Amino acid sequence: MSALDLSLLTSILTITLRAGTSLLYATIGEIYAERSGVLNLGVEGMMMVGAVSAFAVGYHTGSLLLAVAVALIAGTLMALIHAFLSITLRANQVVSGLTLTLFGTGLASFLGQRLGPGGSRLVGLVGPSLSRLPIPMLSDLPLVGPSLFNQDILTYGLYGLVPLAWWYLYKTRPGLYMRSVGENPQTADAMGIRVGANRYLYTMVGGALAGLGGAHLSLAYTKGWTENITGGRGWIAVALVIFAMWDPLRAVIGAALFGGINAVQFRMQAAGTTIPAALLNMLPYIATILVLVIITWWETLRKRIGAPGALGVPYAREEKG
Amino acid sequence: MRIVFEKRQEVSRTIRVLVPVLSLVFALIFGAVLLLLSGVNPLVAYAAMAQGAFGDVHALAETLVKAIPLMLTGLGVSIAFRMLFWNIGAEGQLAMGGLAATWVALYASRSLPGWSVVPAAILLGMIAGALWAAIPAVLRAYLQVNETITTLMMNYIAILLVSHMYHGPWRDPEGYGFPGTARFPEVAWLPRIYDRAHAGLFLALIAAAILWFVLQRTKWGFELRITGENPKAARYIGINIPRLILVAMLVSGGLCGLAGVCEVTGVMRRLQQGLTVGYGYTAIIVAWMSQLNPWGVLLVGFLLAGLLVGGDQIQMAMGLPAAMGLVLQGALLFPMLGGSLFAEYKLRIVRSEPQDAVLSHESVAKEAK
Amino acid sequence: MTESRTRDPILRMRGITKRFPGVLANDHIDLKLFEGEVLALLGENGAGKSTLMNVLCGLYRPDEGAITVQGDLVDIQSPRDAYDLGIGMVHQNFMLVETMTVAENVVLGLQGLSFQPELRHVKRRLEALGEQYGLQVDPDAYIWQLSVGEQQRVEILKLLYRDVDILILDEPTAVLTPQEVDDLVEVLRRVVKEGKAAIFITHKLREVMMFSDRVTVLRGGKNVATRSTSETSPEELARLMVGREVLFQLDKTACELGGAVLEVEDLEALNDKGLPALRGVSLTVRAGEIVGIAGVAGNGQRELAEVITGLRDVVDGEVYVNDNCITNCSPLRAIQAGVSHVPEDRVEMGLVGDMSVAENLALKAYRTSEFSRGPVLHPTRMRFFAEDLIDGFDIATPGPETRVKFLSGGNLQKAILARELTACEGLLVAVHPTRGLDVGATETVRDLLLKQREEGTAVLLISEDLDELMEVSDRIAVMFEGEIVGIVPTEEADIDAIGLMMAGEQPRSSKSRSRSRSGTQSQTQEGAAG
Repeated sequence: MSALDLSLLTSILTITLRAGTSLLYATIGEIYAERSGVLNLGVEGMMMVGAVSAFAVGYHTGSLLLAVAVALIAGTLMALIHAFLSITLRANQVVSGLTLTLFGTGLASFLGQRLGPGGSRLVGLVGPSLSRLPIPMLSDLPLVGPSLFNQDILTYGLYGLVPLAWWYLYKTRPGLYMRSVGENPQTADAMGIRVGANRYLYTMVGGALAGLGGAHLSLAYTKGWTENITGGRGWIAVALVIFAMWDPLRAVIGAALFGGINAVQFRMQAAGTTIPAALLNMLPYIATILVLVIITWWETLRKRIGAPGALGVPYAREEKG
Repeated sequence: MRIVFEKRQEVSRTIRVLVPVLSLVFALIFGAVLLLLSGVNPLVAYAAMAQGAFGDVHALAETLVKAIPLMLTGLGVSIAFRMLFWNIGAEGQLAMGGLAATWVALYASRSLPGWSVVPAAILLGMIAGALWAAIPAVLRAYLQVNETITTLMMNYIAILLVSHMYHGPWRDPEGYGFPGTARFPEVAWLPRIYDRAHAGLFLALIAAAILWFVLQRTKWGFELRITGENPKAARYIGINIPRLILVAMLVSGGLCGLAGVCEVTGVMRRLQQGLTVGYGYTAIIVAWMSQLNPWGVLLVGFLLAGLLVGGDQIQMAMGLPAAMGLVLQGALLFPMLGGSLFAEYKLRIVRSEPQDAVLSHESVAKEAK
Repeated sequence: MTESRTRDPILRMRGITKRFPGVLANDHIDLKLFEGEVLALLGENGAGKSTLMNVLCGLYRPDEGAITVQGDLVDIQSPRDAYDLGIGMVHQNFMLVETMTVAENVVLGLQGLSFQPELRHVKRRLEALGEQYGLQVDPDAYIWQLSVGEQQRVEILKLLYRDVDILILDEPTAVLTPQEVDDLVEVLRRVVKEGKAAIFITHKLREVMMFSDRVTVLRGGKNVATRSTSETSPEELARLMVGREVLFQLDKTACELGGAVLEVEDLEALNDKGLPALRGVSLTVRAGEIVGIAGVAGNGQRELAEVITGLRDVVDGEVYVNDNCITNCSPLRAIQAGVSHVPEDRVEMGLVGDMSVAENLALKAYRTSEFSRGPVLHPTRMRFFAEDLIDGFDIATPGPETRVKFLSGGNLQKAILARELTACEGLLVAVHPTRGLDVGATETVRDLLLKQREEGTAVLLISEDLDELMEVSDRIAVMFEGEIVGIVPTEEADIDAIGLMMAGEQPRSSKSRSRSRSGTQSQTQEGAAG
């Protein structure tokens, strides 16, 4: 492999990871919410709010730690609203989530126009950003060095979060209970597991992680605040959950896939391709539809037999009356 | 002691009306809090909003400009929702309608008789919107693919496509660097009533009337209502549900496409930025708040448009963020959602279960002997 | 066996009474259970067996009565309480999470489970229990991989793992193959040897004779008898189960039979769980006759009705209505062929709750040219039609515009009947039409069925109520485990014989014609009398 190819591959890998980080956070969060039985369509709104609050806090306080923390809290609070509406008040989960996205997007926009210095706009400002932290020695390795081991702290966070998420889900008692709540709430209830409490908890976890995903966008990837900063990532995350079949490890593949598409778009545009930019930009969305169709069709073909842990889709399960 | 929700026997008219009204009140209170936090007197702000939206004929006209697309997309979304088909794609369907109308206006108009250009634009726009909606509809009806995500993805694709067209192939060569198509020829203009308010209003009224008639008075509408209320019964009666979904979505997309046609031929008279500003998403709120009733959609659409226009006004007058209107509209649905629960269920506080009439120890012991 | 009489019972239920709106499910029932025995709880559907056991395992609270366990008066408020007292139940619908393993299911909700459960110990204990009781199952297997019989083993293991002493099983053999049934007998024998006891709910006499030491018979919410299994016979049990003498109503006019309207041949179909529900059913119903299908619910009747009305596909076989083949056709085709359907699920399927009475009455008729001109409906004509029906069928409603969900059960059924009978063009399929109705409504429904018959309609009546079948039908076919085990003209029908067939036994009497059962070998009729 020539040096040029290696460098291209490395570059693509690097961008893939950077682009996929926010998506992966949101996807894992949504996996947890859905595994407990709650469909959360408010991810996009939560990411928006996470992004704007992280940037605003970072700009005004200079503290990245605080910025990330606030994003996390903001996402959690929004998810709490959704949890209250969906679980306690048994509202229609689809509409509730949508409302949260509309509201979140509007709120983020509002904040974006007010949280600048002296109440001005945040757009166009330059704030603190998460810098890349190369890991000594590892970052010198070919290919993986500059890509895997030269990222920002939130991306590194995923290296720990993904295995942790997997372990919690499959190897711990609370994870076991969560899965039962999402698969068969009647049984879980009969066995003495508290369905409502579980669902609240994991919906909020979902919101927190979505907020973190948003924070990565405004603090690392796009660095700053713009109106459509998430570009539908929250929705792609919801689709990715299906693609990942509700498994945190498979989610990595999905996020990498979309991160990769982003990377390829980027490189092609930088290289001056003749393919219109719009078409390239459409790729993630078209890909999402295709992925969804294939997965759904495949599962229907297999008639829900032979699908361990993936089906029994916990969509909008009604809590036992 | 627990709180128990008991299903109501009857949902009275009062409650049905009360809930949206209370939601509005709640949202206004919420907005007032935001205004206070921004250092503005809410009462003054609201008064200014009302004035800006309905205060004089000019204001009313501007409100109508925003109301018409909301009404049309609201009608489209409400049809889909009646079938429990979550059409989030109104925005994209609107965009495609606008795109098709643009083509008619700029290119097809050269070979068509003058009087036919607007009707052609309407027709093609509606077809474009319908086809755009048909794709997710087919996927859902026959392959059970989740329509929430597919309709949404179609939005992004449509928006990108539209943007591409007016930045690129359809760009106005004399545009002075301003991205957008050339101005439409006059034959392609949807007539205006007053200021920028246009004849799309009549189209919206007609559409609502037709929709109401279809829902209440035709076989197809009857089947639609049955399927939305009780899919099991629909099957038992022999209704072909996949086909129904498809047809309903063609109608839904068509209406949203019509909204797009009106925007480009009535308001902007060219294709440029400003077509996709979120009407399709606000339509969801409109549809839900009006409980999927066509006349309700008209009313709520109008009021919500007033909210948006008023929001614009106070932004300029008081230096408040334009997103104010957006936040308020989002806040409106929360109490609606929570309130809808109370429309269906009664709240009851229940003391712990009464002790059963248990035989005492003595009598049991006696009988055991 | 008899030593148990002198010991104290480990469980006593006294005077248990449970009311539901409109129904007295348990009427001062007494029950005793002794250590080391298997007690059968026998009765027809609606006799109160499940209710009684739900009271015992904490899902229902009794309105009156007392329960003592090991001599102590107890108050069971939840399944948790029941577990603590050593009482556990295996329900008909398994409480299992399909996508988890056996071991994981067993430990769900277990007291004292550690944060990172070491399933090794669990699996070892499960294997030991499996060995001990004959309930071998792979603890690492996912539930969806297991056969139904194996899943049931998991349910039982769940109870044994929690040291349950009193095991309750609800219709345990409903989902088992004959081989698995034999295995279950063995398991229960081993379980009760250790000083535990078991109650199992059933309607099948063969199993009472196979499994139990004693049997308590419930009928109409009351405990009518308790016998030692060795001292009774299937005939006696059948009589106790089915009960009162039936007087033949002779106000049924003799009807001229027309041609065959419904013909089904060798139907084979699966139920929702993918198990065979119909195993070769053939039947003919002619114009002007009512054929009743007797049998306890769950033996294929529902699937038969669904196949005929187009709601379920068959794996094999043919369905003809008026000589039109409608096998595996849509419900619409069935309707067009002349089939009317009064479904089992009234509100879930037969009506649209939030729509008005008038709209519901028009659910069939709206397609005809009488009520629609092209695509447009005639609301006035529909309303008159509705008013006619409301009058004619005496449906109690504030008005035709009232939402149908506010009607009482009897009136709901009248509405459905009104609609279906009026639209009927040949075949009427009525499934449990009088279930849950009061006496007056029941009589009305039966009269309507008879009137329809007089007008030349072919009627297929599926019912659990033998009285009803005897009163109304011309012929009675008995379904058991997916087959028709006997068809008898009602005049010649012997209620005891029918009761036996319903419960899986072949009657000795030569009066009834019976078909040989294919495949299953565990015929115990020779030794059945015990």
